[in-house]
Amino acid sequence: MKKLLLIALPLLLSVAAVASGTIEGEIEKQPLNVSAIIMFLLFVSGTLGITYWAAKRTKTAKDFYTAGGGITGLQNGMAIAGDYMSAASFLGISGLVYMAGYDGLIYSIGFLVGWPVILFLISERLRNLGKYTFADVAAYRLKQAPIRTLAAFGSIATVILYLIAQMVGAGKLIQLLFGLPYELAVVLVGVLMILYVTFGGMLATTWVQIIKAVLLLSGATFMALAVMSHFGFSLEAMFAAAVKVHPAHQAIMAPGKLVSDPVSAISLGIALMFGTAGLPHILMRFFTVADAKEARKSVFYATGFIGYFYILTFIIGFGAIIMVLNNPEYIDHAKAVVNGAAPILGGKNMAAIHLADAVGGSFFLGFISAVAFATILAVVSGLTLAGASAISHDLYANVFNKSGEVDEAKEMRVSKIATVVLGIITIFLGIAFEQQNIAFVVGLAFAIAASANFPVLFLSMFWSKLTTRGAVLGGSLGLATAVMLVILGPIVWVQILGNAEAIFPYKYPALFSVTVAFVGIWFFSITDNSEAAEKERALFEAQDIRSQTGIGAEGASEH
Amino acid sequence: MTKEQIEQVKNNPKYQKLVSERSRFAWTLSIIMLVMYYTFIMIIAFDPSLFGIKMGDGVMTVGIPVGIAIIFISFILAGIYVRRANGEFDDLTREVREELGDIA
Repeated sequence: MKKLLLIALPLLLSVAAVASGTIEGEIEKQPLNVSAIIMFLLFVSGTLGITYWAAKRTKTAKDFYTAGGGITGLQNGMAIAGDYMSAASFLGISGLVYMAGYDGLIYSIGFLVGWPVILFLISERLRNLGKYTFADVAAYRLKQAPIRTLAAFGSIATVILYLIAQMVGAGKLIQLLFGLPYELAVVLVGVLMILYVTFGGMLATTWVQIIKAVLLLSGATFMALAVMSHFGFSLEAMFAAAVKVHPAHQAIMAPGKLVSDPVSAISLGIALMFGTAGLPHILMRFFTVADAKEARKSVFYATGFIGYFYILTFIIGFGAIIMVLNNPEYIDHAKAVVNGAAPILGGKNMAAIHLADAVGGSFFLGFISAVAFATILAVVSGLTLAGASAISHDLYANVFNKSGEVDEAKEMRVSKIATVVLGIITIFLGIAFEQQNIAFVVGLAFAIAASANFPVLFLSMFWSKLTTRGAVLGGSLGLATAVMLVILGPIVWVQILGNAEAIFPYKYPALFSVTVAFVGIWFFSITDNSEAAEKERALFEAQDIRSQTGIGAEGASEH
Repeated sequence: MTKEQIEQVKNNPKYQKLVSERSRFAWTLSIIMLVMYYTFIMIIAFDPSLFGIKMGDGVMTVGIPVGIAIIFISFILAGIYVRRANGEFDDLTREVREELGDIA
């Protein structure tokens, strides 16, 4: 507890000092950020109310997994944006802009460009072929058990890694923003996400994501407008001010160290683009709309919201350079004495949070803190639902259930149990990883999504010669390569395991692991001469007709 | 779907038109996206100073409008696709389904 106070106090003191206009250094005790907690409680009670409402409407498995398939394109676009804009991208990217300027934009663009491609090539086929999970599509004409096992494994691995990153981030953020202990924060997030998902299913999750997206976009818009109005809405004036105060000066206006060699550059690009198209919680969202038309609209709106959000974070990062960097209120003086530089209180990810205080005072700081918390809740709920669906719909109903007939009520019960178990595991992992370096975790999640989930899903829709053997062997090879290269790479092998030099020199393995997956799938498919493989290839035409026209698609019958 | 039904769909001229035109359109747009993004990434990897060239007398560099433009173009291309797919292609799909009658 003492340690927590030591971390939380300086920030809170500085907040108090700004709020009351007192001179720096005056001690005013404020152990809890009250306005942030009140706003967060409002969000929680509102969303729990929605969960209660959603619970009454969630009766069938279709309701639970897809909110009955009745979400509109605009709502789903908002929810996709809410699912995708994590606290890590809000705080992390604005922090990256604050530290390195232009490099933050490179990252944002990588996170965005996958979306139009998903729209052009994947979204409507996915909607026409699938039911609840992306494994429905991958296993459409292939052997159910092995394909679903692989897809479920890829989904669960992606989900758990992503959850760990969210949980550790949540714990640290809440500790810093609200003055609550780390463990309490992690348990709180875990319990709330279990409540949303078990009782409200996809309907509650969707609305939590929509509300969060609205809050986050409004808060970020306000901050960006405040920064821009400071400079008479002139970008040039804003950049000029930032260049003047930033220690790197003009260098922040051009690419820096984020991507320095071609291999890393391409590899990062592949991981972000294909990884997005292989994230189970994102893919699942396409089954919540009525038809291909609404699926396309969802991605169009999502691309707009996400792109707009990244432009805002860019302005916010530059605003932070100007308003936070030179303000002694936000500088960690204890660290400055040791390092000589001027490190920001709470680390670089706090740039947007300090800026919120600088432009809107402690009330707005409370609002943005509550939004950051809400953001985490929305993302973890979507992830947990995707993980639970992989367990109940793919593993339980289609792999372990040999009888063929699936009792829907039983499947739903399994998914609820899976949600609770996943939630508890996540809480424990969140606490266990508190002191660990988790920089590699999200990268690994994207690498697995890009190397195992995406190639199998993509080829199952586009390549008639794909067979079960090819998909399982190639997909597993891609997965294994991604995991192995991350372990042998600079972050885990050197920074965490303490070896002198990385065996695999690149931070991002996707270029290699995705290639291995595609080549593996191709090779083990074309060399598959079994009778079953012949049948699977023959089934492609009927699948293709359904994916092109929606004939026979789930929820497409209007009568 | 029986073999005969599959043949019937595949031989339907409107179905052929739908599939070929939509595929061409979707792949063209995807390739534009990929070329645009990887050109951007390759410039950063091979010659980052190109994006550091100043525009005019101020601090503004070439890289900033280029980066922002990629975000806008992504959104615009998505809009172009949705417009055509939700209009022309969906109308064509409906016609195909009507012609196929009891298969659909």
